[in-house]
Amino acid sequence: MSQMRRFLSFRDFDWALLAMVALLCALSVFEIYSATLHTKYTGFHTKQMFWIAGGLAAMFLFAKIDYHRLLDWVPWAYGFCVVALVAVMVPGIGHKALGARRWIKLGPILFQPSEWVKVVLILVVARYFANLGARSLTGRDILKALALVGIPMLLVLKQPDLGTALTYTPILIAGLFLGGINLRQSLILITAAIVLVAGAWSSGKALKPYQKARLTSFINPDNDPRGTGYQIRQSLIAVGSGGIWGQGAEKGTQTQGDFLPIPHADFIFAAFSEEHGFAGAVLVLLLYFLILMRLIQNAQTAADLPGALIIMGVVAVLTFQIAVNVGMVIGFMPVTGIPLPLMSYGGSSVLFTFLALGVAMNVRMRRFVN
Amino acid sequence: MVFDKVTRGEKLSSVKLTAVQYGILLMMLALAAGLWRLQVLGADNFRVLAEQNRIRKVPILAGRGKLFDRENRLIVDNYPSISCFLVREQSRNVDADLPLIARGLHLDLDQLRTALHRYRTAPGYQPIPIKQDVTADEQAFIEAHRNELPELETIDEERRLYPRDGYAAHLIGYVGEVSEEMLNDPRYAAYEPGDVVGKAGVEETYDQLLRGRDGSRDVIVDSHGREVGYLRTQHAIPGQDLRLTIDNDLQRAAELAMGDRDGAIVAMDPRNGEILAMVSRPSFDPNAFAVRIGRSDWNKLLSDPSHPLMNKAIQAQLAPGSTFKILMSVAGLQEGLAQDLHVYCNGGANFYGHYYHCDAKHGAVDIHNAIPYSCDTFYYTLADKLGIDRIAAYATRFGYGQKTGIDLPGEQAGLMPSAQWVMKYYHRKWYAGETISVGIGQGAIEATPLQLARIIGGIASDGHMVRPHVTFPDELPADFRHALQDTYPGSGNAYIPINPEDWITITDGMAQVTEPGAFHTAGSAHLDGIDLAGKTGTAQVMSHEALDRSNKGRSTFPNAWFVGVTPRRNPELVVAVLWQNGEFSYYPARIGAKVVAAYVEKQRRLAHNLQPTKAPAPVEVGAVWSVPNAKGGKDTGETAHIRAGHFFVNPGADSRPALARDARGQAAGPAHPGPAQMGMALRELPWRKP
Repeated sequence: MSQMRRFLSFRDFDWALLAMVALLCALSVFEIYSATLHTKYTGFHTKQMFWIAGGLAAMFLFAKIDYHRLLDWVPWAYGFCVVALVAVMVPGIGHKALGARRWIKLGPILFQPSEWVKVVLILVVARYFANLGARSLTGRDILKALALVGIPMLLVLKQPDLGTALTYTPILIAGLFLGGINLRQSLILITAAIVLVAGAWSSGKALKPYQKARLTSFINPDNDPRGTGYQIRQSLIAVGSGGIWGQGAEKGTQTQGDFLPIPHADFIFAAFSEEHGFAGAVLVLLLYFLILMRLIQNAQTAADLPGALIIMGVVAVLTFQIAVNVGMVIGFMPVTGIPLPLMSYGGSSVLFTFLALGVAMNVRMRRFVN
Repeated sequence: MVFDKVTRGEKLSSVKLTAVQYGILLMMLALAAGLWRLQVLGADNFRVLAEQNRIRKVPILAGRGKLFDRENRLIVDNYPSISCFLVREQSRNVDADLPLIARGLHLDLDQLRTALHRYRTAPGYQPIPIKQDVTADEQAFIEAHRNELPELETIDEERRLYPRDGYAAHLIGYVGEVSEEMLNDPRYAAYEPGDVVGKAGVEETYDQLLRGRDGSRDVIVDSHGREVGYLRTQHAIPGQDLRLTIDNDLQRAAELAMGDRDGAIVAMDPRNGEILAMVSRPSFDPNAFAVRIGRSDWNKLLSDPSHPLMNKAIQAQLAPGSTFKILMSVAGLQEGLAQDLHVYCNGGANFYGHYYHCDAKHGAVDIHNAIPYSCDTFYYTLADKLGIDRIAAYATRFGYGQKTGIDLPGEQAGLMPSAQWVMKYYHRKWYAGETISVGIGQGAIEATPLQLARIIGGIASDGHMVRPHVTFPDELPADFRHALQDTYPGSGNAYIPINPEDWITITDGMAQVTEPGAFHTAGSAHLDGIDLAGKTGTAQVMSHEALDRSNKGRSTFPNAWFVGVTPRRNPELVVAVLWQNGEFSYYPARIGAKVVAAYVEKQRRLAHNLQPTKAPAPVEVGAVWSVPNAKGGKDTGETAHIRAGHFFVNPGADSRPALARDARGQAAGPAHPGPAQMGMALRELPWRKP
């Protein structure tokens, strides 16, 4: 049996998906190299390669563990996450950087719990809705789901880390949508959400003024080209000046001239678009599209409801991050500091993405089991 | 419970999954559309923006043309300097940085804000000059704050270096930053804020030639304003050097002669109108203007009651006093009235019920001694006979009341009163008594020193009047020359024939002025061996009645004039001297005489080809000479002692190579004076045996 299982696992591993992911990672490393060439971040591409290697290892490790066992463990993990998020806020334990308390220092390693919460939330939401079965949801069910996602979300908002907090919402939305919310309930929920957001916005307490300015400046960046609109303006110039074929690797004037903010992380897509043009940018979008389609296909073929929900949670988070990040770069969305999965530099982001993919792989590998 | 045991079995609805797939497809298409809009439709536009982001035009400032004197000796030079500019576009928040900038560059914060405010409408990429002549520590400050203050830029440029002590300052003028009012003037259409422009004197008139054309360099920069490379350089075209008609030797003599007295000197060649020297007092230091002048210093200059910025040589309009008697003599003689006019001067005369004073009781006066005596009684009578209309007609013909047309900005026209003039401006008739005052250059009549130089120089030149100018017209571009004459209109060149006998009478009379003699007004200005002719003048600054009431301080003293020519007929030089409140006219006559002496001595030196050698340091020479026996250099007829030795001779001083030759010849008899007696600057070395 164990012989049989190993054989099955190896064969059912999603090599096509991995190939596309690897291709994106390669593009990422090249662009990070180009974007950091003349800056103090030179060499970040090698660091990124280590992160990717680490991510791959974590992915294979997670793919090994049966996702049903993960689902069994996840309530504990959820509890641990909430504790960690609270701990972050305690001055002695939480590490403050760039004006936000997001990190816990464990020896030399800075640990950012809010990224890991995403994986846990995907699993816990999948488990919650799978338990409800395919029956229609009651108001209680929905409120419980809201609380489940809302507690860590509020804790992360408090840090403050609006971007990461926002990435939790697609998990909830995907869960509700696939878990069987009906039209009336969703209308009520949307109305409530609008009222809540509008209230929070106008109360002036939920968001700090700089966060508000950042969120609104994308609508008209030229109003304040030196201030909050600066990043968007520079990003638009970078993308636009790329033209159809791009200015060539290491030749983007916006990227190389340091006009583009953080061109190796949040704005890597702008840097890539400047140097590789419309053709390159569309190729990247196509890769993302294929990866997402492949994941949805895996969800369709999943052995059971929790497996499918897990994959769809991953799809929801990835889709949301792609939409918000690329949307930000091309001026459709506000600047929220959400990284582009598999492209942006950053250990937490890379590790989370690979972990999420590992869980999805896990589900696919076990589609014929049972 | 939230955490129930995981149930298995159900599957997701494939309709919902398909809906999700379509949703993702739509999102991707929207993103791709956004990319299309930016990268395909907007590419050109964004490329321009990207270029503007990274390419900055850095101006290369053209060096301003230098000024030379007529013998190509440098008067105004340039020196390299670093200026600091502020480019608002390169900073996120300029206003917040201003206090730091002001501290680091030692600027006044309010003045800096005002300077920036003037550029509020200019585009953000335009550099705003905020500090000239940046010192080494200020430059270090700029370098050290490259990241905090990316808006600061430095640029190498050439700045004006003017002579010290206000030498010829009014003639040269000064440069400054173009003002807002000037920019609104169509004449300055080609100028941009921050440009340096000539604001007075030659610098203003010849700004177009002197300023050259600025170049620029396209510099590639990163977002911190650090230079990464260059693209294209358009070199600056330096301004044209300009040779002035000024003679440094004469200018220097005039400056020294004037000392710190208030007034002006104009020295002109009446044959062609070339200005050889021009002095105005009090003077100012134009170097203070080359670097930005502080507001308080500027206000001090503007509000100074002695008007240091005023070029009195062309702008002081004052009663010409007795110098007007030359014009009166011309009018009287030409009209045939003065030849036979004999007046007995008893210290004044009565006209129209009013007693008019004369300076002295000159006794019997006719046209021949009226000029050296400057007898008012004679000219009262002559003026009465001529009448104001004829006087005004002659005066106007010769140039009173009109600009001369000199190529310097701000020339004043003076004033020649007439019956029409009082009717036009005062709506009254001319009083016959006023003619009497005008006859001696008093009353409403006003003239500038330059006008007097041109008029009296012209009369001494047999009526050949010239247009004064400070550059050589042949050395100017033709179109500029023509434009110049339109810009500075005036009486210009003219020939007004004077009867030769009258001409001789008048010029001889002028020559008598500086001859020692009773009643001669400038006998003390006599120069041995130099034919100096001229006319003095004193003009009251207030009436006798007002003078009696006043405190009789310096400012109530009459203005003293002297206009001299050399030689008396067809002169090479005319000098007009004004000493304000100078009281006695023989003072300015002595000043004028010094200038004339300097001129004549230089001409004679040149005529004898005795130019001073170039090296100014003393030169050691060996010489053999004879020394007369007698004391005091008196020749006793005995044989001289032949002596030899080595000497240091100062070649710049009164050296006479011809003498040295004679001394070496040794054939010179005992009567020949040794070098010491010839005034050579020499020092005997310890005796050496030959």
